[in-house]
Amino acid sequence: MSADASLLQVDGVSKRFGPVQALDRVDFGVKAGEVVGLVGDNGAGKSTLVKTIAGIHSPDTGEIRFAGERVAISRPNDATALGIATVYQDLALCDNLDVVANIFLGQEEISGGPAHATRQLDEAKMEHRADDLLDSLAVTIPNLRTEVGTLSGGQRQQVAVARSLLGEPRVVLLDEPTAALGVPQTKQVLELIRRLRERGLAVVMISHNLANVFEVADRIVVLRLGKAAGDFQAEQTTEEHVVAAITGVGEGNG
Amino acid sequence: MGREGLRRFVQGDLASLRVVLGLAVIWIIFQSQNDRFLSAENLTNLMLQITAVGLISIGIVYVLLLGEIDLSVGAVSGLAAAVMTVLNVKHGWSPYLAIAAGILVGTAIGLFQGSVFTRFGVPSFVVTLAGLLAWQGALLQVLGSTGSININDPKITGLANTFYSDAVGWIIAVVVIAAYAGVVLSGYRSRVAHGLTGESMTPLLVRIALVAAIALVVVAVLNSDRGVPLALLILLAFVVGFEYVARRTRFGRHVYAVGGSSEAARRAGIGIDRIRIAVFALASTMAAIGGILAASRLLAVNQSSGGSELLLLAIAGPVIAGTSLFGGRGAVWTALLGALVIGSIANGMDLLALSSAVKFMVTGGVLLLAVIVDAIARRERQAAGRV
Repeated sequence: MSADASLLQVDGVSKRFGPVQALDRVDFGVKAGEVVGLVGDNGAGKSTLVKTIAGIHSPDTGEIRFAGERVAISRPNDATALGIATVYQDLALCDNLDVVANIFLGQEEISGGPAHATRQLDEAKMEHRADDLLDSLAVTIPNLRTEVGTLSGGQRQQVAVARSLLGEPRVVLLDEPTAALGVPQTKQVLELIRRLRERGLAVVMISHNLANVFEVADRIVVLRLGKAAGDFQAEQTTEEHVVAAITGVGEGNG
Repeated sequence: MGREGLRRFVQGDLASLRVVLGLAVIWIIFQSQNDRFLSAENLTNLMLQITAVGLISIGIVYVLLLGEIDLSVGAVSGLAAAVMTVLNVKHGWSPYLAIAAGILVGTAIGLFQGSVFTRFGVPSFVVTLAGLLAWQGALLQVLGSTGSININDPKITGLANTFYSDAVGWIIAVVVIAAYAGVVLSGYRSRVAHGLTGESMTPLLVRIALVAAIALVVVAVLNSDRGVPLALLILLAFVVGFEYVARRTRFGRHVYAVGGSSEAARRAGIGIDRIRIAVFALASTMAAIGGILAASRLLAVNQSSGGSELLLLAIAGPVIAGTSLFGGRGAVWTALLGALVIGSIANGMDLLALSSAVKFMVTGGVLLLAVIVDAIARRERQAAGRV
């Protein structure tokens, strides 16, 4: 795999739900250390594409390559095993549990020694690791033992992203990470996405908010009616061009 | 206590303090009406009265943590006790085997009900309501035409009728205090070892002192009557054991997670059906153990074993003491605290020789009050952005 080759590459993927052609021969790729903004109108196929990569839907045709190898992703576990983590819009956090418990949910650290027999949780180790992880992402949550339900929307998003990093993934898919967030919270989350890029992760971010996409994305991919309708370098394009590609007005292949 | 303090008081952060204050008020009222209420003899009776319902409530706490309900625990407790008694009295089984068989009947019922609930997606309310009827029928079947069987085996009747000498009582108190201090301090050491030193030692020492004071007072009171009852030790052992499972083990963490958000738990890779079946098995098992203790105390099983208001009290106790009906919030020790509150009310009303009519209405009123407080706490949390 050469330096500029995509870490994750989708070639000619189609997906049909009954009469609806959700994806129509879509090509899409993301490199390590790159943030790709995936934009498009409602029903353009953004979520379907992400869910196909995440193993929720299997494609009707087309293939997915990971690190140059052709891979079959038919279940969410396949994607996780490859190192593809997904953070859905609803975050799937347990509001009644604290930050540490949410980050380690389903992957708890178990004590050694005789306490191992009861699968006793190693709380101190989990808190220590969670603290390190959040520190490395420059996420500041005053008390890791506060219930997630009491956190702000931005903090909850940050916890959800941090949790997805626990399995050392190489690709992170973010579904509307800034939706319903206030200005300062959006800023926190965008800052977090930059840190994911600094770590060399390939990041795909679905968003309706073009201003946010322009702020962090290196590349912007537009989907329209299930087809790839534009692939822009963020620094060499304008919001007008992208909007034109989204709505299908004029030429969208700038 | 100020506005913030008042909010926490209502909202459940300080739920345990609220309940302890409530218990104190109840005790003061009954003591002022009848000065035998707080006598050592009556308090010992109270401990014996709450054992069965407290044991059943332990399983109920787990079911409530999932956000589910189990209406069959009363009937299961009666059936398990009847199976034990029939095997021991009519078939001559050894008491240990008979007790084990009774407990296993409970476990099997729980596995069955949990499987039906998860496999067919029938609400737990309905599955266990069907169970309530069916296991009551099974109880009548097992008892046969006699309708009531006396228990003579000293091993079985000893469960609820054994008292320890003063010296043993004090030893128990010392062991409890030492064990609690050991657990608290080793937890603190482990945090320090991981470089997590944000926590001050003072609240830990206060907690240890509080537990020590309670243990010493309880043993002193019980020693001045018949001594520490075995039944109370059984209840405490189960409370501590299952509190540990709930708070400190992976299984317990997953129970809270499923109750908080089953979808989040499922996506985190937790086998939520496995957790649910295990919890229903646990609830029925604890119901069986509670039923066996109740039979031991009564020295018999009969057609009304596990019937009457036992089921409602077993559910009401933890809810009164702060375990939410909506899932994901609560603690195992609320089974003990709730049983103490409900048991105190029942015991006090008996001392005052109130009629059944009054007793039912008062108990119903207390339950209603508890669920209203629970619902308000939940609404306040939602208003504060905490679901």
